[in-house]
Amino acid sequence: MSNDSLPLIGDYSAPDTTLNGARIGVVSFPGTLDDRDAARAVRLAGAEAVALWHGDDSLADVDAVIIPGGFSYGDYLRAGAIARFAPMMSRIIDAANSEAKLPVLGICNGFQILTESHLLPGSMIKNDHLKFLCRDQVLRVENNTTAWTNQYDAGEEITVVLKNQDGQYVADEKTLDALEAEGRVALRYVGWNPNGSRRDIAGITNAAGNVVGLMPHPEHAVEAGFGPTTAAGAHTGTDGLGFFSSVLSTLVGGTK
Amino acid sequence: MPRIVVDVMPKPEILDPQGKAIVGALPRLGFDAFSSVRQGKRFELTVDGEVTDQILAQARTAAETLLSNPVIEDVVNVEVVTEA
Repeated sequence: MSNDSLPLIGDYSAPDTTLNGARIGVVSFPGTLDDRDAARAVRLAGAEAVALWHGDDSLADVDAVIIPGGFSYGDYLRAGAIARFAPMMSRIIDAANSEAKLPVLGICNGFQILTESHLLPGSMIKNDHLKFLCRDQVLRVENNTTAWTNQYDAGEEITVVLKNQDGQYVADEKTLDALEAEGRVALRYVGWNPNGSRRDIAGITNAAGNVVGLMPHPEHAVEAGFGPTTAAGAHTGTDGLGFFSSVLSTLVGGTK
Repeated sequence: MPRIVVDVMPKPEILDPQGKAIVGALPRLGFDAFSSVRQGKRFELTVDGEVTDQILAQARTAAETLLSNPVIEDVVNVEVVTEA
Protein backbone atom coordinates (compact mmCIF):
# COMPACT_ATOMS: atom_id res chain seq x y z
CA MET A 1 0.00 0.00 0.00
CA SER A 2 1.45 3.34 -0.95
CA ASN A 3 -0.28 6.51 0.07
CA ASP A 4 2.64 8.83 -0.39
CA SER A 5 0.70 11.04 -2.74
CA LEU A 6 -2.20 11.38 -0.32
CA PRO A 7 -2.06 13.70 2.67
CA LEU A 8 -2.60 11.82 5.92
CA ILE A 9 -4.82 14.55 7.23
CA GLY A 10 -6.48 17.62 5.76
CA ASP A 11 -4.53 19.57 3.23
CA TYR A 12 -5.01 23.20 4.06
CA SER A 13 -3.17 24.58 1.05
CA ALA A 14 -5.29 26.67 -1.26
CA PRO A 15 -7.53 24.61 -3.55
CA ASP A 16 -6.57 24.46 -7.21
CA THR A 17 -9.69 26.26 -8.24
CA THR A 18 -10.52 29.05 -5.85
CA LEU A 19 -14.03 30.36 -6.11
CA ASN A 20 -13.63 33.48 -4.12
CA GLY A 21 -16.69 34.74 -2.39
CA ALA A 22 -18.92 31.64 -2.59
CA ARG A 23 -20.75 31.38 0.72
CA ILE A 24 -22.39 28.06 1.58
CA GLY A 25 -24.71 28.02 4.58
CA VAL A 26 -24.80 24.98 6.90
CA VAL A 27 -27.89 24.78 9.11
CA SER A 28 -27.75 23.62 12.73
CA PHE A 29 -30.85 22.37 14.55
CA PRO A 30 -30.97 21.04 18.11
CA GLY A 31 -29.67 17.50 17.61
CA THR A 32 -27.79 18.09 14.36
CA LEU A 33 -24.58 16.02 14.30
CA ASP A 34 -22.77 16.61 11.06
CA ASP A 35 -22.82 20.39 10.66
CA ARG A 36 -19.12 20.75 11.39
CA ASP A 37 -18.20 17.98 8.95
CA ALA A 38 -20.34 19.61 6.28
CA ALA A 39 -18.72 23.00 6.94
CA ARG A 40 -15.31 21.37 6.67
CA ALA A 41 -16.28 19.78 3.36
CA VAL A 42 -17.34 23.20 2.10
CA ARG A 43 -13.99 24.69 3.08
CA LEU A 44 -12.04 21.80 1.55
CA ALA A 45 -13.92 22.42 -1.69
CA GLY A 46 -12.77 26.02 -1.60
CA ALA A 47 -15.76 28.00 -0.36
CA GLU A 48 -16.66 29.82 2.81
CA ALA A 49 -18.89 27.91 5.24
CA VAL A 50 -21.51 30.06 6.97
CA ALA A 51 -23.18 28.71 10.11
CA LEU A 52 -26.97 29.16 10.01
CA TRP A 53 -29.06 28.72 13.16
CA HIS A 54 -32.48 27.07 12.86
CA GLY A 55 -34.18 29.78 14.88
CA ASP A 56 -32.85 32.65 12.79
CA ASP A 57 -34.98 34.26 10.15
CA SER A 58 -32.31 35.29 7.66
CA LEU A 59 -30.27 33.33 5.15
CA ALA A 60 -27.34 35.74 5.68
CA ASP A 61 -26.92 36.17 1.92
CA VAL A 62 -25.56 32.66 1.39
CA ASP A 63 -25.34 31.32 -2.18
CA ALA A 64 -26.40 27.77 -1.28
CA VAL A 65 -27.50 25.81 1.78
CA ILE A 66 -26.64 22.39 3.21
CA ILE A 67 -28.98 20.76 5.71
CA PRO A 68 -26.71 18.25 7.43
CA GLY A 69 -27.39 14.94 9.11
CA GLY A 70 -28.14 14.11 12.70
CA PHE A 71 -31.23 13.71 14.81
CA SER A 72 -32.95 17.09 14.80
CA TYR A 73 -35.32 17.31 17.76
CA GLY A 74 -34.37 13.74 18.66
CA ASP A 75 -36.33 12.44 15.64
CA TYR A 76 -39.43 12.94 17.82
CA LEU A 77 -42.76 12.55 16.02
CA ARG A 78 -41.04 11.64 12.71
CA ALA A 79 -37.49 12.27 11.52
CA GLY A 80 -37.36 15.88 10.32
CA ALA A 81 -41.00 16.60 11.16
CA ILE A 82 -40.42 19.29 13.76
CA ALA A 83 -37.32 20.81 12.18
CA ARG A 84 -39.42 21.49 9.08
CA PHE A 85 -41.28 24.24 10.93
CA ALA A 86 -38.17 26.14 12.08
CA PRO A 87 -38.03 29.80 10.93
CA MET A 88 -34.85 29.04 8.95
CA MET A 89 -36.67 26.30 7.02
CA SER A 90 -39.35 28.78 5.91
CA ARG A 91 -36.61 30.99 4.45
CA ILE A 92 -34.97 28.00 2.76
CA ILE A 93 -38.25 26.72 1.29
CA ASP A 94 -39.05 30.18 -0.12
CA ALA A 95 -35.55 30.62 -1.56
CA ALA A 96 -35.46 27.11 -3.07
CA ASN A 97 -38.79 27.74 -4.80
CA SER A 98 -37.94 31.29 -5.86
CA GLU A 99 -36.76 32.48 -9.27
CA ALA A 100 -33.19 32.44 -7.94
CA LYS A 101 -33.52 28.71 -7.18
CA LEU A 102 -31.21 28.56 -4.18
CA PRO A 103 -29.22 25.30 -4.31
CA VAL A 104 -30.14 23.15 -1.29
CA LEU A 105 -28.55 19.84 -0.32
CA GLY A 106 -30.13 17.66 2.37
CA ILE A 107 -27.99 14.87 3.77
CA CYS A 108 -29.55 12.04 5.82
CA ASN A 109 -31.67 13.88 8.42
CA GLY A 110 -31.46 16.85 6.04
CA PHE A 111 -33.06 14.68 3.33
CA GLN A 112 -35.80 13.74 5.81
CA ILE A 113 -36.35 17.43 6.56
CA LEU A 114 -36.61 18.20 2.82
CA THR A 115 -39.31 15.55 2.32
CA GLU A 116 -41.21 16.77 5.38
CA SER A 117 -40.92 20.28 3.88
CA HIS A 118 -42.38 19.00 0.57
CA LEU A 119 -39.34 20.28 -1.32
CA LEU A 120 -38.82 16.65 -2.33
CA PRO A 121 -41.45 13.92 -2.72
CA GLY A 122 -41.75 10.72 -0.71
CA SER A 123 -40.67 10.00 2.83
CA MET A 124 -38.35 7.88 4.94
CA ILE A 125 -39.37 5.06 7.27
CA LYS A 126 -37.30 2.70 9.42
CA ASN A 127 -34.76 0.47 7.68
CA ASP A 128 -36.46 -2.77 6.64
CA HIS A 129 -34.07 -4.73 8.90
CA LEU A 130 -34.77 -2.30 11.80
CA LYS A 131 -31.10 -1.81 12.70
CA PHE A 132 -28.95 1.28 12.68
CA LEU A 133 -26.37 0.72 9.97
CA CYS A 134 -22.97 2.32 9.35
CA ARG A 135 -20.93 1.20 6.36
CA ASP A 136 -19.06 2.28 3.26
CA GLN A 137 -21.69 2.30 0.51
CA VAL A 138 -21.30 2.31 -3.26
CA LEU A 139 -23.66 4.67 -5.10
CA ARG A 140 -24.26 5.27 -8.79
CA VAL A 141 -24.72 8.85 -9.97
CA GLU A 142 -27.87 8.55 -12.10
CA ASN A 143 -28.35 12.26 -12.75
CA ASN A 144 -25.22 14.38 -13.15
CA THR A 145 -27.03 17.55 -14.20
CA THR A 146 -28.16 18.75 -10.77
CA ALA A 147 -26.61 21.64 -8.86
CA TRP A 148 -24.95 19.14 -6.53
CA THR A 149 -23.84 16.31 -8.87
CA ASN A 150 -22.59 18.03 -12.04
CA GLN A 151 -18.92 17.27 -11.36
CA TYR A 152 -19.53 13.52 -11.58
CA ASP A 153 -19.81 11.47 -14.75
CA ALA A 154 -23.21 10.01 -15.57
CA GLY A 155 -23.24 6.47 -14.22
CA GLU A 156 -20.11 7.06 -12.13
CA GLU A 157 -19.88 4.83 -9.08
CA ILE A 158 -18.73 6.50 -5.88
CA THR A 159 -18.19 5.25 -2.34
CA VAL A 160 -19.31 7.29 0.65
CA VAL A 161 -20.35 6.54 4.22
CA LEU A 162 -23.92 5.48 4.97
CA LYS A 163 -25.23 5.67 8.55
CA ASN A 164 -28.89 5.70 9.44
CA GLN A 165 -31.83 4.01 11.10
CA ASP A 166 -34.73 5.65 9.26
CA GLY A 167 -33.26 5.34 5.78
CA GLN A 168 -35.89 3.42 3.83
CA TYR A 169 -37.10 5.72 1.05
CA VAL A 170 -40.77 5.21 0.24
CA ALA A 171 -43.24 6.86 -2.12
CA ASP A 172 -46.30 5.63 -3.99
CA GLU A 173 -45.78 3.87 -7.32
CA LYS A 174 -47.05 6.85 -9.31
CA THR A 175 -44.49 9.16 -7.67
CA LEU A 176 -41.71 6.61 -8.18
CA ASP A 177 -42.63 6.20 -11.86
CA ALA A 178 -42.62 9.97 -12.30
CA LEU A 179 -39.23 10.30 -10.59
CA GLU A 180 -37.79 7.65 -12.92
CA ALA A 181 -39.38 9.13 -16.04
CA GLU A 182 -38.15 12.63 -15.26
CA GLY A 183 -34.62 11.50 -14.40
CA ARG A 184 -35.06 12.70 -10.85
CA VAL A 185 -33.45 9.67 -9.22
CA ALA A 186 -30.08 11.31 -8.60
CA LEU A 187 -28.32 8.43 -6.84
CA ARG A 188 -28.94 4.73 -6.47
CA TYR A 189 -27.49 2.08 -4.16
CA VAL A 190 -25.19 -0.34 -5.95
CA GLY A 191 -24.46 -3.93 -4.94
CA TRP A 192 -26.75 -4.03 -1.94
CA ASN A 193 -29.81 -2.11 -0.87
CA PRO A 194 -28.92 -1.24 2.73
CA ASN A 195 -32.35 -0.21 4.00
CA GLY A 196 -35.11 -1.47 1.71
CA SER A 197 -35.49 1.81 -0.17
CA ARG A 198 -37.89 1.60 -3.11
CA ARG A 199 -36.08 0.99 -6.39
CA ASP A 200 -32.69 1.23 -4.61
CA ILE A 201 -33.11 5.00 -4.40
CA ALA A 202 -30.37 6.71 -2.36
CA GLY A 203 -31.02 10.29 -3.44
CA ILE A 204 -33.42 12.37 -5.52
CA THR A 205 -33.66 15.85 -6.99
CA ASN A 206 -36.49 18.30 -7.57
CA ALA A 207 -37.51 19.09 -11.14
CA ALA A 208 -35.30 22.19 -11.32
CA GLY A 209 -32.23 20.31 -10.06
CA ASN A 210 -31.41 22.84 -7.34
CA VAL A 211 -32.74 20.75 -4.44
CA VAL A 212 -31.09 17.37 -3.85
CA GLY A 213 -31.51 14.99 -0.92
CA LEU A 214 -29.66 11.78 -0.16
CA MET A 215 -29.36 9.39 2.78
CA PRO A 216 -25.61 8.64 2.57
CA HIS A 217 -23.01 11.15 3.75
CA PRO A 218 -20.72 12.67 1.10
CA GLU A 219 -19.34 15.09 3.72
CA HIS A 220 -17.64 12.13 5.44
CA ALA A 221 -15.74 11.27 2.26
CA VAL A 222 -13.84 14.47 1.49
CA GLU A 223 -10.50 14.07 3.19
CA ALA A 224 -7.87 11.36 2.82
CA GLY A 225 -7.26 9.75 6.18
CA PHE A 226 -10.90 9.96 7.26
CA GLY A 227 -12.95 8.68 4.34
CA PRO A 228 -14.17 5.26 3.23
CA THR A 229 -11.68 2.54 2.45
CA THR A 230 -10.75 2.25 -1.21
CA ALA A 231 -8.37 0.21 -3.32
CA ALA A 232 -5.74 2.85 -2.55
CA GLY A 233 -5.88 2.03 1.15
CA ALA A 234 -7.82 2.40 4.38
CA HIS A 235 -9.85 5.60 4.75
CA THR A 236 -8.46 7.15 1.58
CA GLY A 237 -11.81 7.78 -0.16
CA THR A 238 -12.72 11.34 -1.10
CA ASP A 239 -15.53 10.58 -3.55
CA GLY A 240 -17.93 12.87 -1.66
CA LEU A 241 -16.04 16.02 -2.53
CA GLY A 242 -17.79 16.18 -5.90
CA PHE A 243 -21.06 17.31 -4.28
CA PHE A 244 -19.35 20.39 -2.88
CA SER A 245 -17.30 21.19 -5.97
CA SER A 246 -20.47 20.72 -8.05
CA VAL A 247 -22.35 23.47 -6.26
CA LEU A 248 -19.38 25.81 -6.61
CA SER A 249 -19.37 25.09 -10.33
CA THR A 250 -23.11 25.78 -10.40
CA LEU A 251 -22.64 29.10 -8.61
CA VAL A 252 -20.05 30.36 -11.08
CA GLY A 253 -22.32 29.37 -13.93
CA GLY A 254 -20.22 26.43 -14.95
CA THR A 255 -21.65 23.63 -17.01
CA LYS A 256 -20.28 20.24 -17.74
CA MET B 1 -60.32 18.44 31.28
CA PRO B 2 -61.46 17.28 27.85
CA ARG B 3 -58.92 15.73 25.53
CA ILE B 4 -58.91 15.29 21.80
CA VAL B 5 -57.49 11.92 20.81
CA VAL B 6 -55.81 11.60 17.42
CA ASP B 7 -54.89 8.15 16.07
CA VAL B 8 -52.39 7.85 13.24
CA MET B 9 -51.57 4.62 11.40
CA PRO B 10 -49.05 3.76 8.68
CA LYS B 11 -50.81 3.58 5.31
CA PRO B 12 -51.90 0.03 4.44
CA GLU B 13 -49.60 -0.13 1.42
CA ILE B 14 -46.57 0.99 3.45
CA LEU B 15 -44.54 -1.81 4.97
CA ASP B 16 -44.46 -1.36 8.76
CA PRO B 17 -41.05 -2.68 9.87
CA GLN B 18 -41.86 -2.18 13.57
CA GLY B 19 -45.11 -4.11 13.30
CA LYS B 20 -43.23 -6.86 11.50
CA ALA B 21 -40.72 -7.12 14.35
CA ILE B 22 -43.53 -7.29 16.90
CA VAL B 23 -45.43 -10.02 15.06
CA GLY B 24 -42.17 -11.99 14.99
CA ALA B 25 -41.75 -11.65 18.77
CA LEU B 26 -45.30 -12.59 19.79
CA PRO B 27 -45.07 -16.36 19.13
CA ARG B 28 -41.87 -16.51 21.15
CA LEU B 29 -43.99 -15.61 24.19
CA GLY B 30 -46.69 -18.09 23.29
CA PHE B 31 -49.05 -15.57 21.66
CA ASP B 32 -49.68 -17.58 18.52
CA ALA B 33 -53.07 -16.25 17.44
CA PHE B 34 -51.88 -13.11 15.63
CA SER B 35 -50.88 -13.18 11.98
CA SER B 36 -50.08 -9.48 11.57
CA VAL B 37 -49.31 -6.39 13.68
CA ARG B 38 -49.30 -2.77 12.59
CA GLN B 39 -48.01 -0.11 14.95
CA GLY B 40 -49.47 3.38 14.99
CA LYS B 41 -49.45 6.47 17.18
CA ARG B 42 -51.98 7.97 19.56
CA PHE B 43 -51.86 11.66 20.45
CA GLU B 44 -53.81 13.23 23.32
CA LEU B 45 -54.40 16.96 22.99
CA THR B 46 -55.64 18.49 26.23
CA VAL B 47 -57.99 21.45 25.97
CA ASP B 48 -58.51 23.97 28.75
CA GLY B 49 -62.26 24.40 28.73
CA GLU B 50 -64.89 23.33 26.26
CA VAL B 51 -64.05 21.70 22.93
CA THR B 52 -65.74 23.91 20.38
CA ASP B 53 -66.20 23.06 16.70
CA GLN B 54 -63.42 25.51 15.97
CA ILE B 55 -61.01 23.78 18.36
CA LEU B 56 -61.91 20.38 16.93
CA ALA B 57 -61.30 21.70 13.43
CA GLN B 58 -57.93 22.99 14.60
CA ALA B 59 -57.09 19.54 15.94
CA ARG B 60 -58.04 17.94 12.61
CA THR B 61 -55.82 20.38 10.72
CA ALA B 62 -52.94 19.76 13.16
CA ALA B 63 -53.45 16.02 12.70
CA GLU B 64 -53.19 16.33 8.92
CA THR B 65 -50.26 18.77 8.83
CA LEU B 66 -47.98 18.03 11.79
CA LEU B 67 -49.07 14.90 13.63
CA SER B 68 -49.12 12.76 10.48
CA ASN B 69 -47.22 12.68 7.21
CA PRO B 70 -49.81 12.00 4.48
CA VAL B 71 -47.16 10.31 2.33
CA ILE B 72 -46.79 7.41 4.76
CA GLU B 73 -49.58 7.76 7.33
CA ASP B 74 -53.35 8.12 7.65
CA VAL B 75 -55.23 9.93 10.40
CA VAL B 76 -57.73 7.20 11.30
CA ASN B 77 -59.51 8.82 14.21
CA VAL B 78 -60.05 12.25 15.80
CA GLU B 79 -62.40 12.22 18.78
CA VAL B 80 -63.19 14.12 21.94
CA VAL B 81 -62.79 12.20 25.18
CA THR B 82 -64.35 13.70 28.29
CA GLU B 83 -63.74 11.84 31.51
CA ALA B 84 -65.20 12.51 34.90
